[in-house]
This record gives sequence, structure tokens and C-alpha cells, in this order.
Amino acid sequence: MIISENSHTATMALLPSFRTIITRFYRPTKPPPQLIFSSLLFPKKLSSLFPLPPKPQPLKPLASTRQETSFVSNRDERLVGLGSVNDGGSIETQSSTSTIAAIVTSLGGPPAAVGIVRLSGPNAVDIAGRVFSPAKKKKGFDSGSGSWKPKSHIVEYGVVLDSQGNVVDEVLAVPMLAPKSYTREDVVELQCHGSEVCLRRVLKACLEAGARLAEPGEFTLRAFLNGRLDLSQAENVGKLISAKSVAAADAALAGMQGGFSTLVRSLRGQCIELLTEIEARLDFEDEMPPLDVNIIMDSIHAMSQDVEHALETANYDKLLQSGLQIAIVGRPNVGKSSLLNAWSKSERAIVTEIAGTTRDVVEASVSVAGVAVTLLDTAGIRETDDIVEKIGVERSEAVAMGADVIIMTVSAIDGWTLEDTKLVERIRSNMGSASIPMILVINKIDCASSACSDWVNREAKLFSKHVFTCAITGQGIHGLEKSILEIVGLDKIPAGGRRWTVNQRQCEQLMRAKEALVRLKSTIEEELPLDFWTIDLKEAALALGQISGDDISEEILSNIFGKFCIGK
Amino acid sequence: MSILSVHLSRLTRHHFPFSSLLFPSSRPYYHACAPSRRNLRLSVVKRFPFRCFCSFPATNSNGNRNVEVGEEKYDVIVVGGGHAGCEAALASARLGAKTLLLTLNIDRIAWQPCNPAVGGLAKSQLVHEVDALGGEIGKVADRCYLQKRVLNVSRGPAVRALRAQTDKREYAMQMKNVVESTPNLSIREAMVTDILLGKNDNVEGVCTFFGMNFYAPAVILTTGTFMSGKIWVGRTSMPAGRAGESASHGLTENLQRLGFESDRLKTGTPARVDCRTVDFSVLEPQLGDEEVSWFSFDPDFHIEKEQMCCYLTRTTKSTHQLIKNNLHETPTYGGWVEAKGPRYCPSIEDKIVRFQDKESHQIFLEPEGRTVPELYVQGFSTGLPERLQLPLLRTLPGLENCSMLRPAYAVEYDYLPAHQCSRSLMTKKIDGLFFSGQINGTTGYEEAAAQGIISGINAARHSDGKPLIVLERESSYIGTLIDDLVTKDLREPYRMLTSRSEHRLLLRSDNADSRLTPLGCEIGLIDDRRWKIYQDKQARISDEKKRLKTVRISGGDLAADVSHFSGQPVKESSTLESLLKKPHIEYKLLDKHGFGNKMLSRTEKECVEIDIKYEGFIIRQQNQLQQMIHQQHRRLPEDLDYYAMTTLSLEAREKLSKVRPQTIGQASRVGGVSPADITALMIILETKRRKAQELRRHQIRASVMCNL
Repeated sequence: MIISENSHTATMALLPSFRTIITRFYRPTKPPPQLIFSSLLFPKKLSSLFPLPPKPQPLKPLASTRQETSFVSNRDERLVGLGSVNDGGSIETQSSTSTIAAIVTSLGGPPAAVGIVRLSGPNAVDIAGRVFSPAKKKKGFDSGSGSWKPKSHIVEYGVVLDSQGNVVDEVLAVPMLAPKSYTREDVVELQCHGSEVCLRRVLKACLEAGARLAEPGEFTLRAFLNGRLDLSQAENVGKLISAKSVAAADAALAGMQGGFSTLVRSLRGQCIELLTEIEARLDFEDEMPPLDVNIIMDSIHAMSQDVEHALETANYDKLLQSGLQIAIVGRPNVGKSSLLNAWSKSERAIVTEIAGTTRDVVEASVSVAGVAVTLLDTAGIRETDDIVEKIGVERSEAVAMGADVIIMTVSAIDGWTLEDTKLVERIRSNMGSASIPMILVINKIDCASSACSDWVNREAKLFSKHVFTCAITGQGIHGLEKSILEIVGLDKIPAGGRRWTVNQRQCEQLMRAKEALVRLKSTIEEELPLDFWTIDLKEAALALGQISGDDISEEILSNIFGKFCIGK
Repeated sequence: MSILSVHLSRLTRHHFPFSSLLFPSSRPYYHACAPSRRNLRLSVVKRFPFRCFCSFPATNSNGNRNVEVGEEKYDVIVVGGGHAGCEAALASARLGAKTLLLTLNIDRIAWQPCNPAVGGLAKSQLVHEVDALGGEIGKVADRCYLQKRVLNVSRGPAVRALRAQTDKREYAMQMKNVVESTPNLSIREAMVTDILLGKNDNVEGVCTFFGMNFYAPAVILTTGTFMSGKIWVGRTSMPAGRAGESASHGLTENLQRLGFESDRLKTGTPARVDCRTVDFSVLEPQLGDEEVSWFSFDPDFHIEKEQMCCYLTRTTKSTHQLIKNNLHETPTYGGWVEAKGPRYCPSIEDKIVRFQDKESHQIFLEPEGRTVPELYVQGFSTGLPERLQLPLLRTLPGLENCSMLRPAYAVEYDYLPAHQCSRSLMTKKIDGLFFSGQINGTTGYEEAAAQGIISGINAARHSDGKPLIVLERESSYIGTLIDDLVTKDLREPYRMLTSRSEHRLLLRSDNADSRLTPLGCEIGLIDDRRWKIYQDKQARISDEKKRLKTVRISGGDLAADVSHFSGQPVKESSTLESLLKKPHIEYKLLDKHGFGNKMLSRTEKECVEIDIKYEGFIIRQQNQLQQMIHQQHRRLPEDLDYYAMTTLSLEAREKLSKVRPQTIGQASRVGGVSPADITALMIILETKRRKAQELRRHQIRASVMCNL
């Protein structure tokens, strides 16, 4: 019965009847020890299965067993969103005295024109001063002594020198002094040439000059700890960094600017509005007009719907983050590679008249309604003795299984063949219970007569959609994109409409709010007393408040006093 | 000589902070051999735990002939004989501490200067809780009621509340009798002007206006509205604690000198009219409940009385007109009082100005006693000058020809923001000094009593060297009240409201005893008789619940009635418990069909019904609470330097440094501290913890290396 996070079992043994009470002893120098009772943890009603306690002993023995309370520190869920930064003790190293540095532009892709090394911390200017030598030397500047005294937000041109004094790169230094910076610490950004080699050498110079390599997300953590960002903003910054496409970046930006926050705040506002109405009636019974249950039901309904919509966008969010994988499959020489080239407006895949030209999987990236789509062109699937082609076919099948959407390509010239039937059957059997949506693409429509409609109507029933294309002219590509959007359910997202996204933490809280509203509806339907309505309404408001990070109790009270004429 | 010096020091203190050095007689008294004397005293108390100390000052001083002239020694001194003071003095004396109650006027002990009522929404929970701990307010209210009503009957068991109109004279008399007849408790009229300090910032006693020093290691201040009190009628003011009673002067300044921060609050009371001049025939009567409910869990105090009637009237167009025409005559709108008046107790002019669209406001007429003609005009407090008050009253239906016995007035007084207290109600600055009641910024007899019993218990324990007691926020309304007081900024006098409690479903009146009586017993305020009553009651409730789980019915009248009232089908062989869980089914229905248990009282049946009917909700809240507690109860180290925590907002740093919360949960409730601050604070604590851990690991490693 005892929640024994404290080591006071000995005391409890002395006082068996104390089971209804948490006692805590501690012995500060001043004020004197206190016993803390939280008897509510065990109200008798829940514990009445147990024999009733004998008369408690006087408290005297307690005095002799005073001891320090030991607390088991629980993990704070609110910190979960900070992920890796918080795990593995990395925050231990976080202290206001260290200055961190990292390459903040992405590496690994084709070299960009410009890359950025960022320094943040109390010594950012000193360290930058040690590596950076402005072209135009101001009076009193001495590159060795770190007495660089830049003006905030004024760009300076110069070079970065390594510890031997060799020029590493030609850079622009952007000093952003505290608190007017991303982390609210002194920040210096060195804009270098975009090649990885340059960036790494500049970073190395910074680290040698006394900076510490930043942990992943540490700039954001600092921004957060320094009050620059709230939790949901911090999470969105993480997204912005990892955003795969323009739409994702937009959504992350909208989140930062409060697009999502606005909806959550408004929902929470509605909850509090309702709570105000109800609580006012509970605390000031005889001074209030009666409550209109229908109006309340209506608003609860409207709120559930809003929460529902917010949850729907969670799916969109996942797509934005991960993108779509689309495998193009089909018999050899039906124009799969041409389709890929036409779609991606490139010559990624080699196209010849020879069947079986494509032996390996060819990738190309396109953007469909802002979602990053990876097209996977595969080897034409057929029975073959060619060892290389055989491996290609196996890979094709594997790729198809891992895709989000499969595009089955056939040639309008050949029509539907027995091989096509076999191929589809093979893919279907490989899929097993998992169902990957398949689109039938009838290519080379420019070369075919209109007579193909018979078999198309017959075979298309087996597919989610069918589209006619001509890979040479690009005809039908737009229709194909539209079909894909419909299949993955993105067509419901209004263009430019809800441009924010929901992450895992926010999603959980939205689910919590949704469940609370469902329970609330049933509470009202079962005609439980008014007080019980507040329980789930508060739960919903709390869940929404977890997203935006607010507390409710005072707000309701202020509302009651502001809104109603009450009091004796 | 002694009196003279006290006077001089009172005059000069403001101007010359070290003046007290010049007047040694007003300095704290240092005991040369305090420990040994204290031991002696304790042994006496233990040997004669029920020794009665006389309540009259004259005999008292006779009894203390051995003591130095002008000195008396006690375990606990309570300053103020209001609802906080009485509760504190009684708790302390009953715990065996030799207690002295100092009050300005013995005839006004436990006076009800405002509303002659006890209980009401949320406040009734406080009364039940105080009673469950062994306090007095519930018993006295049960003895002196004029009318009783249960409010919010249909709105859920957690917000149900009992309210009693009380006879204010009888109430004061009864409480005075109890106080006077309690062993270990002495009463004395005195105006306390200073606190006597020991060497270690500990309290050693109090000093009165007429130069008496009373000594005790624990002192409770319950000054009410008396500290530098000033009453207002219209533009006219006079120093007074209440109408006709002088204020107490000097104590605020001396507390400020000790480093306490003080501020001012305002409250008011409406006019009283002569009931013989009211035409009740045109008014809507409000009767009491037919079945009377009780505050006290002690059946010895359940004595039914004849009930009196309250009446309902309303403001009229001419009321509103009169007020609008004379707004410039009210303190708030005339602009001569910067009021921090309570929002839940607005003056009638406030209501009319702020809620223009409301054509009429309810006004209740409540009797103040069986033997007095006074009627309390609830909802009609005003700052208008006296000459306008009677015409204003006469705009109310039924009061057209009324005569006014007492004018409405407002009172301003000093309070000491309660963040200066810890949750035991002992001040953080001075060891052994406790504050309770309006001095902490609350309003209401119930709120006062709730703090009184806690400070009384803790003062007695402090003087006996025992650990102090803190009620956690989620344990009770008392805990919630005190937690709010010590953490939140007050904008107005604090009144208990059900919406202040996050888990009120678990803090009901019906389970106040099962939440707090075991604690009352541990502390020593619940005697064997009460404990037996309590245990028997719990046994009956638990047995009944077992019975309802096992008894099954198939068909019959009860099943028919249940399906009729609930609109749900009744399965074959349903347990009584499952029937009780259906909507709109009450225990009464079981009684009606002979399935009830005649051994149970009405309240016991209610307990059973609530436990069964709302089990799902209660368990859910319980689980939520438990989850929350793990985080909220995380202790904050005492020595945190909030100013050094640059990740906290500046406001949070200031507020946390000022309030110095004891737990994370408390910190999060401090006004101006945002959730982001709490996150940052927890990151800091976590960082500290890991660093400490690392250090420990390092040390262990080092010592192992050494041993090798």
C-alpha cells in the first residue's frame, strides 16, 4: 500500500496504521523536520478491502526515526521531445561556459556553393577571432590575441587560418552577439565554400582554437534553454533541419510561426471556455442561469472534429518527413526507363530499343505536390538465363516489395500479355498480406490504336488506378501524379491550407485530447452530474496545454470572474 | 519605566532602526539557561497532561507568582481569538501544550462579523476536514445553526456542499465556552505589539501594549483585519479592526523591522436591517433542508433544531438608477481607494457597472440569530456613504419601509504575503513564529479555521521538538489552500473554491474523515471514542459494499424499477452493485424495495453509493494523481541559487527566489513561472544530479585505486 519511493519502511513498520499516509521526513537545518501527509493516495474506499487499522500510536516514535528523504527521480516526459540531446548524459557537458561549433549546412550531397560553420557560446567571438582574419584590419585588431571586436550583425570578409597560420578558406564572418542570436549566446557563423573538405578544415580550426564539437541538436537545445524557443518550436527546428522537401520546410516554418500552435490554442481556448461555463455553475450555484446542454454538445462535437483533422495531417506529416518510394515495374521494353526520364526530366536511365537494357535499379527524385518522391526504375521482369539480368530481376522484385506505390507499366502496342498476368500474380503473391497500392500505366499510348480499351477495362479492375501515358511526350505524367496523391490520401490536404505538421509527441497529446472528448460525450449521454463533465474537459485542455505548454486552473478562475456576475 | 520605554521605542522605531538597542527592555529576552529550564517544564507537562490552567488573568498571575513580575511562560501563544485563533489554541492545548490565547476583546471571541454562516461551496469541505482532524468549527456550527441546506445536490458528489446559517451570538458563546473550558488553555485580553526574538532567529514570546512580556517557543499570529485596520463608510474612515472595535497598531511595523514584507487587503460587509421592518409576504422564502446534514463526523453533535427561513429579493431598476447616479460617491469609482477587493465578493455597484446587461441581481436576506432582529443583506455590500445606504436598501422589494441597524462598511488591513511561510505555516524567517487566517491573505471563517488547526498542531509540535506536519496539496482542501497561499500571488483575499482543486473528485466531504481522521488520531486530536466511531463507520461501509457485490436479484419489482429509471435493461442475476452503477439509480431505490441495509445511516449509504457509482472515475483520477505525484513531489534542494539559473526567465528567477518552493510541483504553481521554466529547472537539476553522481563514481574509483 505504501508508495515507497522513500526509504522509510522502518517507520511504517512502527506504524502499521499509517498505511493511509505518506510520511516524509527530512531534516533541514531550518525549518525543522516536517511530516508530509498525502493520505489521498490511499483513500479508505479503495483500501477498505483490507482490515481496518487499529488505533494509531501517538506520533512520538516518529521523532526518533527522522531521516533524510531519498527521492527517486523520474524521467520527465516533457524532455522526451529533445531526444538525443537529453539521452546518454550529453546534457552533462552542456554548461554555459562551453562554446560549441559545428557544420550546420548539410554534408553528403553534391557540394553546395556555400557552407556554414557555426560557433555558439560565451567564447564564440574569441575563438572566431583566433581563426578568422578580416581582410580589412581595423585599428587595434590582433588576430593572435583573440581581441576581435566585431559589431553584431555586420558581415566581415576575411580568411580562416589554421594553427600554423595557413589560409584554410576565404570566408564571410557573421557575428550575432547575445542575446540577438539563435541561441541567445554569442554566435559567429563562418560562411565558407561549400565543399566538404573546406568545411571540415574550418571546423577543425575552430575546434583547435578551443571550441567543442556540438552534440546533435545542441544549438537548438541551447536556444531552448536560453528561452529562445518553446518546446514545440524547438521540435520544429529539428524538422526544418531534416526536412526533405520544400513543403516540409514550409510546414516546419508554419509550425515555428505558430500555425499549429494557433489551432491548438484555439481548441484549448474552447475547452477553457466550456470549463468556465461549467465551473462557474459549480462554485456559484445559485447565481447562474442554467446551462444549455445542446450548445455544449455542439461545441464538443466541433472540437472533436478539429482534433480529428489535426490528427489526419499527422499522416501527411510522415510523408513529408520520409517521402514516397515508387517502384516502376513491368516486362522488359515497355518504356519504364523512358517514363522515369520523362518524369524526372533527366536522362538518369539509359534507354535503348534492346529489351533488358536496365539491369540494376535506377533512382531518380521528383517532387509531387511538395512530397519528395523517389522513383525506382527496375529491370524488366522476365524469365531469363542471363546471370546479370537475373540478379536485376530479383532486385526489381525486392524493390517493388519495399515501395509505397508500385507502378505496373505495360505497352499499349503489345496490349495485356500473359507475361503481364504472371508478373502481377508474382508480385501479389510476394506481397502476401501487405497490400501495396498498384497503378496500371499504359505507356506508348501515342503508338497504339484506340482498340486497347477492351483489355484495359478488364485488367484495370485489379489495380487501384490506371493512367495512359506517353513517356516520349510526357503526356499523362500529370495524371499519374494525381493518381498517386489520391492513393496516398494527400489530395485531401488543401493546397496552401493547413501547412503545419504534427509530430509524435504532439500526436500523442492530440490522441489524448480526442479520447477525453469521446469520454466526455459518453459522460453527458449517461447524464452523469455536471462535475464529471469537467474531469475529461480538463483532461482535454491539459493535453492540448501540453502541446502549447500552458497551465489551466488560474485561467478558468479569471475567466469566471471576468465573465459572470457572481459573488455575494 | 518599562511601559515608558516601550512607548518611546514605538515612536522612534520607524526613524531609527537601531533604537531598540537603546531600550533593552523591548529587546528579545535571552534565557541564560534555557535548555535546562525547558526540560523541567516539559517534564511537568508530561506528568500533568490535563492540568487545567485558569482562564482568568488575575488568577493566572497569582498562579505564576514565582515568575518574574511581568513575565509569563507558555508553550504556545496564540494572538487573536477569531476563527483561526480559536482553532489554533484548541488544537495546541489539546495536544498538551500550555497555551495562552491573547485577544483584544474576550467578548468577541469567535465573532462572525460578516456573513452569519458556515460552509458553502468548497468551504464546507474545509469544515469537514477540520472536523475530521479533530477541530471545533464543524461542531459549533452544528450546534448553532438556524438553517441548513445542501448545495449542488445534483451536480456531483465532489461539489456537493453543506451550508449553515448560524446564530452569531450563540456561535460566539459556544466557542467561547469551549475555549474557556479546555484544559491547558488560558485566555487574556491584550494587544500584542511586538515579537520577542531569541539568538537564533527564533521566537521567544510576545510583548504587549501595556508592557507585558509573555514567553513561549511558539507564537501564532491570527490578527484578522485588526493589524492597522481601517474601516470606511463612503469617504469617511477611522482606524478600527471592525465596526466599534479598535485596531491593533505597531505590530506590522515591528514585523517589517524583522524583515517581513506586508501589504494591504480590503474586504467589506453589507448593511444589516431590522427584520421587524421587512415585508416578507412579497418575498420568496428559502427553506432549509428537510433532512438536516451535519458538518461534524461526531454524532454527539447531531442535534436537530427548529430551522429559520431565509428570503430572496432582487435589485430593481431604481436600485440600478440610484447607484448609477451616485457612482462618484463610491470608493472604487470615485477613485479614493485603490481596492484589492475580492472578485467573488463584488460590491453591488461593481456588479451593476460591470454587468450592465443584467437587469436584476439576487439579494438574500439571512437571519443573524434567534434572539436578534438583524437581517444580513447578502449580495448587497456597498461603498456608498451612509446617507445613501438606506434609500438604496429601500429600493428592494420587501424592504421599502425597512430600517437599517448597521451600515455597510469596508475594512482595509495589513496582511503578510504567505510566501513568507512554509507549508507548516511557520514563517521561513523566524523559527517558531506561525501565521494563520487573514494575516495570510485569506477570507472566510472556514479558511481561517483550516489554517488555525494546522498552525495550532504545528506550534504545539514545534514547542515539543517534534517534526512539523504538512498536508500535501492533493491530500485535502486544507493542503490545497495552504499550498496556494505559499506559492501564488494574491490579487485579492483568498477564498476557497472547488475549481482550485485539481483532483476534487477525490477530496469530497463524504470522505474527509477517511482521508484525515487517521491523521488526526496519529497527531492526538482524535480521542478513543471518536476513533471507535470512525472505525465502526468504515467497517459498516466496507461490509455493505461487500454485500452489494454478492447479493444478486433476478427480475422482480426492483429490476423493473431499475430498468424504468435508468432506461437500461437489467440482466438476470444482477448484483445490487451493478444496479447501483446504472444511471439515475440511487441507494434509496434499494431501500424502497427492501434491499437496503437498515444498519446504515443516511450518510453511510451515501458513501457506499458514491464509491460504487463513480468507481471508474475515482480510480482514473487516482491513477492520474499517482502519476502526477511522482513528478510533482520531487524535492527541490533548499539551497538552490535561482538567480544563477540563467536558463530561467528573469521573472521565474525572481519569483522562485522569493517563494523558495519545496517541490517541483510547487515551483510550477508559482505565478510567473512558465512550464518552460520548469523544464529548464529540471534540466538543471538533472545536470546537477548527474554531475554529483559522476563525482561520486569518481571518488569510489579513486578510493578503490587507493586500496589496490
